[in-house]
Amino acid sequence: MRALVTELPVVLDRVSARAGTMIIVDSVSLSIASGSPTLVVGPNGAGKSTLLRLCMGLLRPTEGRIMWGGRADPTPTRRAFVFQRPVMLRRTVAANVAYGLRHADHPHEKIAARTAQLLKRVGLSDLASRAARRLSGGEQQRLALARALARDPELLLLDEPTASLDPAATRSVEEIIRMAAESGIKIVMASHDLGQVKRLAGDVVFMLRGAVREQTSAATFFTNPTTEEAAAFVRGDLVV
Amino acid sequence: MDGMNAWQLIVTGDAALFAIVRLSLLVSLSAVVLATVIGLPLGALLALTRFPGRNAIVVLLNAFMGLPPVVVGLAVYLLLSRSGPLGNLGILFTPAAMVIAQGILIVPIIAALARQTIEDLWVEYRDELSAMGVGPFGRMTTLLWDARFSLLTALLAGFGRAAAEVGAVMIVGGNIEGFTRTMTTAIALETSKGNLPLALGLGLILVTLVLAINAAAWGARAWSERKAG
Repeated sequence: MRALVTELPVVLDRVSARAGTMIIVDSVSLSIASGSPTLVVGPNGAGKSTLLRLCMGLLRPTEGRIMWGGRADPTPTRRAFVFQRPVMLRRTVAANVAYGLRHADHPHEKIAARTAQLLKRVGLSDLASRAARRLSGGEQQRLALARALARDPELLLLDEPTASLDPAATRSVEEIIRMAAESGIKIVMASHDLGQVKRLAGDVVFMLRGAVREQTSAATFFTNPTTEEAAAFVRGDLVV
Repeated sequence: MDGMNAWQLIVTGDAALFAIVRLSLLVSLSAVVLATVIGLPLGALLALTRFPGRNAIVVLLNAFMGLPPVVVGLAVYLLLSRSGPLGNLGILFTPAAMVIAQGILIVPIIAALARQTIEDLWVEYRDELSAMGVGPFGRMTTLLWDARFSLLTALLAGFGRAAAEVGAVMIVGGNIEGFTRTMTTAIALETSKGNLPLALGLGLILVTLVLAINAAAWGARAWSERKAG
């Protein structure tokens, strides 16, 4: 069944999300199709995380609607999510990946082999039998990536996955993301790190105060931003 | 046992004493197993579901952590007595009745503590498990497993309560020598007979055993926590 379902394009039609009276995401219309990575950029509080959670189906819009490959059912079949601070289940590294595989209906007899494959892909083979909670921040994030890739996703959403990592850990996480993108997985990733956006983005969604102010290719975003706020953001000015 | 002190009984390997110790542990540990089977799923269910009247049940469970053992004993006595609704089971004044009474006594402790633990963990896990497409049953088992180190404390609290109580086992067990006499009922009896050294000795054995079981549980927890984080 899973193979028959497609998640793309994700189409948001005038989607708003409120928390009480606060508007977090304000009437966003957006279409995310397959292709190179989409980076969602903007300052803290711009609504990036909430937009990603809406795209994942973790949060229902208060107004508007979201369609995944033409379906309104929010069940995440071939979507996966990597959080800024992923939850490590209280078991070994390998068991965390196996857990992801089991809940993605992976054939039982193939779980061990697939787990080993995924751990190799994120460079954690040597730590397979280590307690997941004992890993460093960078290793935990790579494990979270392996667990997300276990879902065999068509769409991988990442919420500032390198925000609390040092440059070396950031580099290895970005490398895994790049490989995932090359294998055909659509990446949608929030970031407020300009360098990272330059390194990874195919196109950019620029958000400010809950609204999408710009959606364009990365090249255009950096050389010829259309809004003043985006221009300031690209220059490295403080945009709030 | 009269006329001897507890220390002599231990070093001479008194059979009656060991039968009492054995029965006490058997009854209280069985009660913990019974209450765990009921209390953990109940606590998890309450933590993960919202329905009308849920808050009332949570308050009730929390209050029932302090159920007086004699009241539970009396209720179970009425249920199991010849004229009671479960009288035809014929288990009043047997160890089975004592297990049921102690089980009822500690279900609220285990369920209430499990409910709080799992509800707190769910706040942390909710998004991650939803993103992995984990269904209601999977959530429950995952949270129970990942909270296992904290839940062990709930089980120990239940065991401590069961091993320490005297009112319930006295009423439904009857303190029959060689059959339903436990350490706590023996202590009560010896004290009322004025055999204070023996009562005190039995008390020391009881406290030592509870301490040993808690130390063993702590060791097991530390060992598995090192392995699984």
